[in-house]
Order: sequence, then structure tokens, then C-alpha cells
Amino acid sequence: MTGKYFGQPVLRLEDKHLLTGRAKFCDDIVIPGMLHAAFLRSDYAHAIIKNIDVTEARKHPGVVAVYTAEDMGDYWKLGPLQVPPPFAIKGAQFNARTLPPIAKGKVRFSGEPIAVVIAESRYIAEDACEDIIFDAEPLPAVIDLEKAWEDTSVLVHDDLPSNMAALVKQESGDYEAAKKQADVVVSHRYVADHVAGAAMENRGFVVNWDERTQEMTVWAGTQAPLPLRSAIAGRMGLVENQVRVITPYIGGGFGPKVMTSQADDVLLPWISMKLNRPIKWIEDRRENFLATTSERDQVHHCEMALKNDGTILGFKDIFYHNTGAYDPYGMTVPLNTQTHTVSNYRVPNFYTEIRMVFTNEMVVTPVRGAGRSEGVFVMERMMDLAARELKMDPVEIRLKNLLKKEEFPLNTGVIGQDFVVGVLDSGDYKNNLEKCIQMIDYEKFRNEIQPKARKEGKHLGIGVVTFTEGTAVGPYEGARVTVGNNGKVSVATGYSTQGQGHFTVFAQIVAEQLNVKVEDVRVITGDTGHFHWGAGTFASRGATIAGSAINSAAVLVREKIFATAAKLLDVPEDQVELCEGSVCVKGHPEKSVSLGDLAGKANPMRGAVEADVKPGLEATAYYAPPHGATGSGACAMIVDVDPETCKVNIERFVLVHDCGTVINPLLLEGQIQGGVSMGIGNAFYEKMVYDENGQLMTASFMDYLMPQATDMPKRMEIGHNVHPSPLNTLGLKGVGEAGALPPPPAFCQAVEDALYEYDLDLTESNLNPSLLYKFKNEATKR
Amino acid sequence: MAQLIKIKVTVNDTVYEREVEPRLLLSDFIRHELGLFGTHVGCEHGMCGACTILFDGEPVRSCLIFAVQANGHEIKTVESLGTPEHLHPLQEAFNEKHGLQCGFCTPGILMTVVPFLEENPHPSEDEIREAIDGNICRCTGYEKIIESVQAASEKMSSGK
Repeated sequence: MTGKYFGQPVLRLEDKHLLTGRAKFCDDIVIPGMLHAAFLRSDYAHAIIKNIDVTEARKHPGVVAVYTAEDMGDYWKLGPLQVPPPFAIKGAQFNARTLPPIAKGKVRFSGEPIAVVIAESRYIAEDACEDIIFDAEPLPAVIDLEKAWEDTSVLVHDDLPSNMAALVKQESGDYEAAKKQADVVVSHRYVADHVAGAAMENRGFVVNWDERTQEMTVWAGTQAPLPLRSAIAGRMGLVENQVRVITPYIGGGFGPKVMTSQADDVLLPWISMKLNRPIKWIEDRRENFLATTSERDQVHHCEMALKNDGTILGFKDIFYHNTGAYDPYGMTVPLNTQTHTVSNYRVPNFYTEIRMVFTNEMVVTPVRGAGRSEGVFVMERMMDLAARELKMDPVEIRLKNLLKKEEFPLNTGVIGQDFVVGVLDSGDYKNNLEKCIQMIDYEKFRNEIQPKARKEGKHLGIGVVTFTEGTAVGPYEGARVTVGNNGKVSVATGYSTQGQGHFTVFAQIVAEQLNVKVEDVRVITGDTGHFHWGAGTFASRGATIAGSAINSAAVLVREKIFATAAKLLDVPEDQVELCEGSVCVKGHPEKSVSLGDLAGKANPMRGAVEADVKPGLEATAYYAPPHGATGSGACAMIVDVDPETCKVNIERFVLVHDCGTVINPLLLEGQIQGGVSMGIGNAFYEKMVYDENGQLMTASFMDYLMPQATDMPKRMEIGHNVHPSPLNTLGLKGVGEAGALPPPPAFCQAVEDALYEYDLDLTESNLNPSLLYKFKNEATKR
Repeated sequence: MAQLIKIKVTVNDTVYEREVEPRLLLSDFIRHELGLFGTHVGCEHGMCGACTILFDGEPVRSCLIFAVQANGHEIKTVESLGTPEHLHPLQEAFNEKHGLQCGFCTPGILMTVVPFLEENPHPSEDEIREAIDGNICRCTGYEKIIESVQAASEKMSSGK
């Protein structure tokens, strides 16, 4: 489906302001009389608080106030569960331990806030943090996931009998019976390493309580402006229309910015009201690493039963998932993992079990990939293990087991993060893989390039994997489309944007429906004063969920334009059509009315208006899917490994993807390429490392290695398949996280293939030269 | 509070005289004293490159310099390039090749590339990759940034 704007590589409307430094980000907000906040954070990962002495800090010149939990009285409450527990799953056990706004009695992770200083400048606020004397009795830290699960472990929450945050089992068929029928059973332990979201802009929060209007305005770099608005209003005892949350330009989201009810958004509105002053807090990079959320960090114990011909009979996976010190975001991440192990291959019998554990680490919530990455990693590694055991080609075993397009829609039998049973809606998974191996010249590589390279002493290897990406889950999003008196169109949605290009793709959808220039559509995202319903930016759902709502609203406006114009021009409705920016009578272009004039007519200031007619050329619509739409793809890479230094170069990288109908092919490529860079980062560079005392060893960009330009393959070769989703009018599926999913398993497979003299068995999603060297030394030489 | 120090700094051809604390970072001076918010701060430890500005024509990280060190020097920020109505050819190329997504790292990348293209108007792809290696971008995977710089070099050398 392509049109004048829809489906075209329209250049981004938001770029001009971003490129010239004119776009307004959170730290660019300046309000007269504004104070600045700094948090004192615990250096201990686990400790009993003895005393917090803020006397000197309060005396510090320029300090206006200092607060600890003690000073908050009744306002100190544990935060809400932002995502409800998964009780839609039979037998699910879940222990909610939500975030304290600021530590009271005990600290449970290094970086947990213990005091906040409000001062005339950020410099002074940080100085005064150093005047605070924090006296605590350290306790042993709970870090190892598997040990944390044991009854003998130190407890993160003393009031619980164990560190179990949740236990969720899902199964289909009968795995144990299938195992008995199997010719071969393979089993293994895999680790999905801990990574950061690491958006280039840290979090930020500016709040202004206006005592005279009794209204609070908040600017925040949040992915969830409406949940944030409701949470603040609820806590402050305000009605929702007294709180307006505005998302300015946001420098990347990648998941962690979806969290609300953290120290900043709980404390600062309360303090702003108390002091009757605006307050700004801008997170620094160290705080972002220590105390904003992060993800991955799972240990899987997998087993797969197969026939000799490679047919999967069953799969079993018991995995430990680190939720960190608290679990305010429910089980979105591990449920995604559970969903994505069994969503692209035919697995007739499976048993999967989530053991979610509390540890003395920062809270875990989604990061681009959001549990899918881990699911894809372990399933693809298991396919490689099975292929090796059966002496099959890794591509052959995948082609044998991939679901066929005729099988869709297919009920997966697994309840996902949206609490409904997953249904794979459409796609051609086998063709993704076939196209992928064609693009990378798999046969030629195996038969010519690799043998020749090996003769020359080079270590070239290839890795080929497949994946699905569950996207576009509910509950819903909405939008309002309005034609202005100048003929330009405004769109307002509660969905918030962090660089994805929504200002452009949403405008394309509307421009197509209303036949106006795309630059004449002005989109407002994530401002609760403009649109006050919505759930937030997560699960690659913007284009599909908000986009579908916007499309529906535009269709309604189009209908209203026709009805109003037909009346005005005195012709039947089927006799009018949209010309660019106006409505004309078919065959009589001279008989027309501009959209701007029509908008004026639709809002008469005098005279009788018919009872059922709403004013203006305006409509509001919502879209709620029955379940998510599933994207799919395949990925291949060729690596060149130096066996001495274990340096790995990615020589070629191919990714074939299917996200249904494409709104903007240029932006689609950008989404995939960005995801891939994160996937490559996760595979070989990025890793959050906690030591045994719960100290984060990687709390800066010196130690947490972000992929740089020279780390990336020369070209990301991207192929597209288009199988529109039957779930929505436009045929859309999400794509935001796709690129991040397949690189780690493809990388492992390719490195194993490259170092062919060794019986390498790579079991971690994040390698680095030292770790690879260790794996190599532990392997037997063939 | 420490003693304030008088400085005179030329930023985007305008001379500013201010009294600042000796510890004030140049990045904070540019943003919060002068209100030039196009210079972004991503890490405050010199690793991400978002705050890159030109200091006497050389790209430097403004989060690693104190404002007092800029006394008597000439600074250029992203605001010295084009405006939304009249983009600089480099900015045009970034728009045309989709060289930015969230746009937070972009001003630093532009200010890194401006002197690079002056010195090397016809760079190879590898040279571009090397030139922007010190600027972290989380959104794009760099490929389209490199295409943007290539396109800019063509635009600028053909005088378009």
C-alpha cells in the first residue's frame, strides 16, 4: 500500500529544529525562580540505615531545603505497581515489592536515593550532598541469581520467606511424554547478560506548582506521560486536570524512561508545592547507570527433545530472571522471554518456568528488546546445539522447524506481557530465512569463500538465525485530528516520542487521508494538556497502535469534510472530492472551498446548529488490538576472528525483516539499523557488571562500552518482506526492537564457526575479547 | 562561594563578558549562562561527544573545560551553522539521508564534522567512520550518519 505520502520515504519534519539546536529538551526549560535538585545516593548495595544527618547540608549557603524519608511524614508511601501482576496466567505467584520513593530503614541497591537537596543551583545542591553524613550497617549483597533463589540466601526483603519475586509456569502439550519419544535430547545452561538502555539524553524532570491557578505543570523525558500524570495527581490529591505533563524533545528512550514513581517524580512535585517554587532535576550519567532501570540478566536451563531428522518434539526452559531490588514493572520482561522462545519454530510440547528473583541491584524494566532478546538468544543457541548434536547444517534445522505461512493465524498457547494468549497473525518465516541466506550467499560462503579462507589461515565464520518480534500490544492509544482555520491540520496523541520519527509518520497517515501537504500536518505527542488518554511508548507499538487511531480519526474528519462541503456546495456527498488543501465538486474544479474556510463554516458563531452536529472539522478515535501483531525476520553475519587476540570483525551483516505495511521506508531502515547497533553492542561490547558486594563496576562510558562507528559492520544489508497484519486497517506491525534481537546469537554461531579448530561452546549473550579467549582456552582442540 | 572571575569569550561572533565561578564547566556556561541550548550534555566525562564545540576552530568537549579557560578564546556552537529556514549544507545532508533520530548527539557530531570536512573535503568512508568514532549515537547505528557526511562533502565541494 503506497500513496502520495503513505509508504514514501518522506524526509523528517522534526529534523530542522533538531539539526539547528533549536529543539527544546528537558534541560532547556527555564522558569524564573527555579530551584535545582540533587539526590544523595547510597554507596552500599544492601545496608540498614542507622542515621542520616543533614544538619550541615541545611546550613550550606544557597541550600533551600533537604529532605529524607523522615521528613516526608504521611507522604512517604511505597510506589504503585505500574504493570499489574500476571494473574491471567493460572497458578502465577507474584510478590509485589514496589519502589520506595526514597530509602527508609534499609537500602537495597547501590544508587538508591537517600536524601534530596534543593538549592539555588545544581552545583550547590551537589556540594551540599557531600555535607550529609550517612551512617549505615552494611549487609551481604544478593547478586547471584541462582544462589538468590535458594532458601539459604540472604533476603532482599526481610518480610518475605525467600527472594522469590514471582514463579510463573506455562506449558502446552506434554513435554515429558514428548521427551520419551525423542531420538535425542540436548540440554544446556545459558546466560543473557545485563545491559543498559543508555539513551544519550539522561532522564529529566521539571515541575512548577502555580499556587494562584492551582495547577501543576511537569516537563519530563518520559515514555509514559499519561501514567505519570495520573500517578502525580493521585499522590498529590489533585484532580487530573490540575496536572499537565509535557514531554519536550526527548533524546532517546529505549525502555527505561517508561518507569514512573521514582524519586524525582514522587518527591519533586511535593516539594515544589511545599516551597511554592519551580524545581529542575537533570539526571547525570552516573545516576543513569546506577539507578535508572536496566535489563536482560537471566540464566536459562534449557532442554530440547528432537527426532533424528531434526524435528523438534519439545522444549523445556527453567529460567532465573533478575528483577533487581524491587518489581514495580511487573513481569513484562520475563513474559516476553517466555513468549519468544516458542514463537517462530513449531514446538508441539513445551514447559517454561520463570523464577523471578529479587537481588541487590537496580530495578529491571524493559530495554529495547525487552525479554525478547533473551528468548531469541536461548532458542537460537539451542537450535545450534541440536544441529551440532545431529550433525545438521544450522540453516537446515531451522528451515525444517520454522512455522509455515499457511499455519497463521496460530495460537501460541502462551500468555504474553499483554495478558492475552499470543496469536501469530501473519508472515512467511521460511521465506525470511531463504531470502537471508540468498543475500549473504550462504552456499558460496560454505563451498568457496570459507574453504579458501581456511587454507589461507584465516578464520571466517557465518551465523544464521531467525526471530520473531511480538509488537503492538494493547491496551489502546488514541488521537484527535483537527483541521484549522488556516487549512493546516493538527494531530494530538497521548503517545510520546523519543526520536522514532512520529512527527513525520503520523503526519504521513493524516496527509494521505485528507490530501493535504505532509508539512501542513502538525503533530503533538505526549502532552496531557492536548490529549489525555493513552498508555505509553513501549513494545514497538507507536506506528501500529497510535498510528491506527490517528488513521481512524483522519477518516472520520474526511467524512465530516465531505458532509460539510456537500451541504455548502449544494451537491450530493459522492460528488465532492479532496483536492490538495480544498474540497471541490467532481468535474468542476472551479466549484471548491478551501479546507480552512470549511473549518470556519463547521464552527458557526451564530445561528442554529443541528442537535447531533459536533463543532469543527475534528474527530477523536481510539485503537485497541485484540492481541499484538508479530513481526519476523532472519539475520546472518560473517565474522573474521583473530584467534590470538580474539578480536572479531563483522565482515558482512544481513537482516531480512517483515513488519507488514511500511509507512516510511527511510525511517524503517533507520529503526532497524539502530536496533542492530544495540544488538551488536549487546553481543560484543556492552555489559553491566556488578561485583559480589553489589557495586556497579560499569557506571560510566569508560567502562560500559557503547558501540562506536568503527565497531559497526561496513554495511547493514537489509531485505524486506511485506505481509500486512490482518489485525489493523493499515496492515501494520511494529519494528522498533527487531534489529536488537538477532545479533547476539548470530554472533555466537559465527564465532564458533570461525574458530573451527576448537570445540567452542559459547553460552553468554555478551562476549568480549577476554571472555572469548577464556572460552577458547577451555574448549578442546578438534 | 568561590571568588568570581571575569571572562571575555567570543561565542558565534558575539563577545560576552561575564563573571563566573572558576569551577563552572564551559558546557554549563554555554547552555545556562548564554542560553545556547543546542550544545547537549550526554555524559559529563568526555566520552559521548554530544557537547562538542569548536574552540579556536578545533573540536573539543565543552564538558571537560572550565569556562574560565575559554577566556580570550573563540567558540562556535551548533547555532553558528544554519537556521531552520536556511540549513547549512551539512544539516541539509543529515535531513536528506536520515542521519539523526532523537537528535541529541547530533549537534556534537555536526561540530566534529565541520572542521573535519574543512581539512578533508573529499573523505573516504573509512576516514568519516574514524572521524566520528568519538561521538556516541544510540539511535542510528552510524550508517546513515556516514552517508550524510558523504553527501555533505559532495554538496559542499560542488558549492550547492
